[in-house]
Amino acid sequence: MFSRAYRAAITVPPLLWVAVFLLVPYLLMFCYSFWSVSESGTIVRNWNLDNYHELLTKPVYWQTLLRSMWIAVRVMFFSLLLGYPLAYFLSFHAGKRKDLYYQLVIIPLWVSYLVRAYAWKTILGTDGVLNTLLQYVHLTSHPLDFLLYSPFAVVLTLTHIYTPFTFLPIYASLEHVPRSLVEASHDLGGTPAQTFWRVIVPLSVPGVLAGATFAFVLSLGDFLAPLLLGGPSGIMISNIVVSLFGAAYNWPLGAAISLCMLALVLGLIFFSERLEKKWSFR
Amino acid sequence: MATTTEPGVSITSQPSSASLLSVRSLAKHFGKNEVLRDISLEIAEGEFLTILGESGSGKTTLLRILAGFEQPTSGEVWMSGERLDSEPPYRRRVNTVFQHYALFPHMTVEQNVGYGLAIAKRPAAEIQSRVTEALAKVKMSAYAKSKPSRISGGQQQRVALARALVNRPRILLLDEPLSALDANLRRQMQVELKALQREVGITFIFVTHDQEEAMVMSDRVALLRSGELEQVASPREIYTRPATSYAAQFIGHTNLLQADVSNGTATCGSLHWPTTAAPQVAALFSLRPECIHLASADTTSDAAVRFRARLRDQAFHGATELLRVETDSGLILTILTSARDLPKDALQFEFAPADAIPVRATTLGSNSDADSDARRNDARRTEDPR
Repeated sequence: MFSRAYRAAITVPPLLWVAVFLLVPYLLMFCYSFWSVSESGTIVRNWNLDNYHELLTKPVYWQTLLRSMWIAVRVMFFSLLLGYPLAYFLSFHAGKRKDLYYQLVIIPLWVSYLVRAYAWKTILGTDGVLNTLLQYVHLTSHPLDFLLYSPFAVVLTLTHIYTPFTFLPIYASLEHVPRSLVEASHDLGGTPAQTFWRVIVPLSVPGVLAGATFAFVLSLGDFLAPLLLGGPSGIMISNIVVSLFGAAYNWPLGAAISLCMLALVLGLIFFSERLEKKWSFR
Repeated sequence: MATTTEPGVSITSQPSSASLLSVRSLAKHFGKNEVLRDISLEIAEGEFLTILGESGSGKTTLLRILAGFEQPTSGEVWMSGERLDSEPPYRRRVNTVFQHYALFPHMTVEQNVGYGLAIAKRPAAEIQSRVTEALAKVKMSAYAKSKPSRISGGQQQRVALARALVNRPRILLLDEPLSALDANLRRQMQVELKALQREVGITFIFVTHDQEEAMVMSDRVALLRSGELEQVASPREIYTRPATSYAAQFIGHTNLLQADVSNGTATCGSLHWPTTAAPQVAALFSLRPECIHLASADTTSDAAVRFRARLRDQAFHGATELLRVETDSGLILTILTSARDLPKDALQFEFAPADAIPVRATTLGSNSDADSDARRNDARRTEDPR
């Protein structure tokens, strides 16, 4: 249908891009993860599993990984808790305002991630908006210090940032629920609540799975929110990777941790896609 | 003869037995768009009523109001003495077979059929036995464990029917359920559906744009045109005694004659016939093509109206033949006769005056390009005399 030249012209550049900037770096990382660093700080290319051994035996690494997953799970949970009702309301009850509300959900995505993270810093800080307000109305006598530089701040910020990513696939799947099925349920005696749980929710499972995967995967790999708002107790695994590649100059260990996260995330995406297929009926 | 169908006489005929559903002065507006106007209708227990109309006539809106998916702008719906139009759909003992079946894709066939009973929290054993019985009734027992996406359109149709009937509704609404099926399956389902309705004895309200389907299946037909009821009558009555020119043209084929009536005689060009219609200028009469016969010396009775006409063209249809003839005054008529060879030149025709039915003037197809069904057959189109 299209000429060979045309097909080559549109397929080669993106393939080249992916190869040079994605596959080659991954391959390098893979190699690095089996190498080590000498006393003098140079990379020694002797193949061994020391990095993986260190990663599994030193508590700081696997504990931070577990804490990161726990933060990601909480972000996923709260994003679903906020995103699902929002998507349901927009899809089924927003009427003519649907497009407007949809834009209102999307607009925050245009604001830089950094700006939104800093915004939470000014809200949650010791002299921040929230603490000032709480003291002004005499709910508290002194600033609450758990608000900022804590896992709480990280979960809150990441939930704020990633809820739209959870909302979008849920909204898309709800929009694809044929309205005749809702009417059929009402027709057969289903109250709105029964219709919601027996028809709408099962048919939106693929969207929920996709949204949950987004929130979890994006949060797990996040390093800016913990850096800006996490404090010592809110450190996540990506912060360790960043410091290993930077100040610590231990690329091999950093690469090993990265590959572990990559495997974890790919496994999760694979599992989630399998489930999505199982729950889609068209 | 025309005493019962004089223009101005009520277009709705009352059902014979007690009324189950009563629609009173119903109107529905979507913004400025008047979809339904002043619909009044009585539907009897156990009746098979078809709401017939072109697309855009408001028939689906009427059905959706009965099901509870739309609120009427004004008017009332009553079912056995209780106001229905303020009730939500899930509290009405009315079930619907949707046009595209609307089976739940995440449930098996038997879960679909059992949905209404499960919602109503019936005991599991009762659900099981009623679902089994309903599936047997529509010959779908073998597919109980299948997902809807695995069965054909005709089978989905049967499941949708079982899913609605298993709840034993007072009324079953059917929204063009056969329109997605191919012609053969469609004819088969028409017969089955009618038989099923007799068997279960539930009132069926069936919506279609197919006049043939309406004629074959219904006890009564409610003909809807641009949101207004044109005529409500049995298929036989609506065919033999159409109230309006639209009814005459939409149900079957007809010749519309525009005649002046005075002193009990209607005059249309060179044709004259006695009538009981009130004296008026440009009255409309419907004369079915099969009511005009080739005249021969021995069959002619004194009462028959005879006229001479030339053959314009003829179409051979097997058992019958469709003729288009032109009278001496230039009037063109369509005539249905048994097939035979005809001389091309002047022929003698006759019709009984009683077969020329006075009709109220309403036009065919206000939404002219929306539905071509009514106009697909050339023979249905009638020539204006002049």
